[in-house]
Amino acid sequence: MRHMIAILIENESGALSRVAGLFSARGYNIQSLTVAPTEDPSLSRMTLVTCGSEEIIEQITKQLNKLIDVVKLIDLAESVHIERELMLIKVKATEHTREELKRLVDIFRGKIIDVTSTSYVIEMTGSTDKLDAFMSTLDPAHLIEVVRSGPIGISRGEKGLHL
Amino acid sequence: MELNGAQIVMQSLKEEGVEFLFGYPGGAVLHLYDAIFQQDDVKHILVRHEQGATHAADAYARATGKPGVVLVTSGPGATNAVTGIATAYMDSIPMVIISGQVSLPVIGSDAFQEVDMVGITRPCVKHNFLVKDVNQLAETIKKAFYIATTGRPGPVVVDIPKDITSPLVKVPFKYPKKVSMRSYNPAVQGHKGQIKRAIDLLVNAQRPIIYSGGGVILGNASEELIKFTRMLEYPITNTLMGLGAYPGTDPQFVGMLGMHGTYEANMAMHESDLIIAIGARFDDRVTGKLTEFCPYAQVIHIDVDPASISKTVKVDVPIVGEVKPVLEHMIELLEEGKKRPNKKALEAWWNQINQWRAVNCLEYDRESNLIKPQYVIEQLYQVTKGDAIITSDVGQHQMWAAQYYPFDKPRRWINSGGLGTMGFGLPAAIGVKLAFPDTEVACVTGEASIQMCIQELSTALQYKTPIKIINLNNRYMGMVRQWQEFSYESRYSHSYMDTIPDFVKLAEAYGHVGMRIEKPEDVRPTLEAAFALKDRTVFIDFMTDRTENVYPMIEAGKAHHDMKLRVAPGTLTDRELA
Ligand SMILES: Cc1cc2nc3c(=O)[nH]c(=O)nc-3n(C[C@H](O)[C@H](O)[C@H](O)COP(=O)(O)OP(=O)(O)OC[C@H]3O[C@@H](n4cnc5c(N)ncnc54)[C@H](O)[C@@H]3O)c2cc1C
Ligand SMILES: Cc1ncc(C[n+]2csc(CCOP(=O)(O)OP(=O)(O)O)c2C)c(N)n1
Ligand SMILES: [Mg+2]
Repeated sequence: MRHMIAILIENESGALSRVAGLFSARGYNIQSLTVAPTEDPSLSRMTLVTCGSEEIIEQITKQLNKLIDVVKLIDLAESVHIERELMLIKVKATEHTREELKRLVDIFRGKIIDVTSTSYVIEMTGSTDKLDAFMSTLDPAHLIEVVRSGPIGISRGEKGLHL
Repeated sequence: MELNGAQIVMQSLKEEGVEFLFGYPGGAVLHLYDAIFQQDDVKHILVRHEQGATHAADAYARATGKPGVVLVTSGPGATNAVTGIATAYMDSIPMVIISGQVSLPVIGSDAFQEVDMVGITRPCVKHNFLVKDVNQLAETIKKAFYIATTGRPGPVVVDIPKDITSPLVKVPFKYPKKVSMRSYNPAVQGHKGQIKRAIDLLVNAQRPIIYSGGGVILGNASEELIKFTRMLEYPITNTLMGLGAYPGTDPQFVGMLGMHGTYEANMAMHESDLIIAIGARFDDRVTGKLTEFCPYAQVIHIDVDPASISKTVKVDVPIVGEVKPVLEHMIELLEEGKKRPNKKALEAWWNQINQWRAVNCLEYDRESNLIKPQYVIEQLYQVTKGDAIITSDVGQHQMWAAQYYPFDKPRRWINSGGLGTMGFGLPAAIGVKLAFPDTEVACVTGEASIQMCIQELSTALQYKTPIKIINLNNRYMGMVRQWQEFSYESRYSHSYMDTIPDFVKLAEAYGHVGMRIEKPEDVRPTLEAAFALKDRTVFIDFMTDRTENVYPMIEAGKAHHDMKLRVAPGTLTDRELA
């Protein structure tokens, strides 16, 4: 099953490589990994999407917890949570496709954030599924560049992941 | 007090109570060596190869319970230390390794003798640090010792760039009394509710067995284990790493379990309805085929590392905590409680176990006119009155030492179990002898293993550490040959050497005493003569039976009850018993 693990980790050089190294050394799978400092600059928050059986996910969380730099983590899949991913797409925007593209972006509540006579840059956020759905509406021949941030997540309700 | 970085390192080691620093100099650690020169609190032991330093420090830690400390230079010094660091990591041994690094401004420029030590060691240390500011040096060293020695112990590397130890930069020094880390809080006490549940299961079991491991020794809980086991009157088996935590000569002890464990230990595991694992990690050498492991048993597991629990074998009652307080608590509950194990069931269980014992699985041919390796170990046991500290290398000789030298106390059996590092035994013996100069120390080895760190014979002379080297010379990498015999139709591919040095001359060249023994009747008198040479290191080269194998053996992928047994006078086969 797919799991999203949110990790608070010491914001120190090398901390990221400990997590990445753990996954490669133990043969765990990483689907995506994002990381950035938190409001407390001594901490980073990492969001890791992985998949595996219950036993494997249990080992992954235990092994992550064992890393000295890891302060705290939760498996977001265990509770109701919200996920968002950011995507930037550069597409060819010709005379014939400009209008249609604009309509599609509106339907998906995206934004066009750069315009030239031949191209658009589209910004879109949402669940990974929504971004996939949008992608499938585009003609691959028109794609110039696609960049996705990988999903991040937060649990619903009052409870939060903090120290 | 204002000190420079090199002085800070030495002063910190002193404050940690470090007796010995096992090391080897080089460019990146010259400032440190200069500081070593100017103090007498920490004794530096100059090895002949950095691998030797790590094994000696590791064994010092295994024998004393105190962390072993190593100092190596950058580049090749650091990489030479890696095998020893990984060895300590796999067996959870507390160690602090200080490695020199090139100066901060040139890190990353492929400078002379630069390697990314933090990167190279990351998968085989509990944690590692690169020190980037001399003001953080003392605290980093404190953290290193704290992490290495608490929770599940392990090696910690502190990589120190040369400019950090420069004599030109002095900073205020105060060694922290304590450190706390928000990201590191190992569990100590077990969960009360789980402990209660465990006791309920324990007293209601019909065919219970205690399976204890290295964690009992690491956690200094041998006394509690003995009390607990005697109260319950249950059979107990130890892993290779746990030997000595429970007295090897006690009738409740059914021997080691696993690949080369006793018939009775493995059969009892297989037939049991409850196993309590205490500081043991269900290693694959122990479990054999996982899907057939202890098919009838519920499992209780006490371990300080949550990641050890349910890693390979699903556990019914997990208890995360240190063995010592958890066992203390269990003993209290047993003392208070009215529930006692079912006497009748236990009697029947012991009857069954005694039948398995009657197979006499460790018996061997005592009439042979060749030297049997088992006989050498038995005689070693008698000559040392079971009181020596035994280090070993890796191979058949290691298994024979484990099987035929019963250890009655913890920290007497020093060997590399998890990584299985050939070359461990000799430097290990030196580390142990430095810690216990008045105890007999013997290194049981093979003609292949001993050649991997033979250069440390020179260290043994320099530091006057008289040890006895018991070389079971079968002219084969016996353990490899045994697998080739069983699984590759005796195609002995590169499992022997066409040239083996004259170990007697070699020992003499290094300034020690060498002896070669070829007849069984000479074994005992030679051992006596060797141990009588109190202040000499003696290398005894025993020409043993080349064809002897280690039995019992659970071959890879087989289950506990599926053992290959030795056929020898005095042994019974399974079928004969039934
Ligand atoms: C040639 C060869 C053959 C081998 N054959 C066998 C064999 O037949 N049988 C066998 O048993 N082994 C054998 N081994 C060794 C094997 O590879 C493992 O090293 C060994 O089985 C592991 O022992 P252990 O389970 O006691 O764990 P250890 O490696 O000693 O680990 C200790 C466990 O205790 C925990 N712990 C540590 N401190 C504490 C504490 N204070 N409180 C609570 N828990 C703690 C740790 O987290 C860890 O899980 C062999 C090795 C070699 C090289
Ligand atoms: C450094 C290292 N290389 C290779 C091995 C694989 N190995 C395990 S046992 C063994 C043979 C050991 O031979 P010897 O020391 O003569 O001991 P014996 O088995 O004959 O008693 C080998 C090569 C190892 N454990 N360690
Ligand atoms: Mg050999």
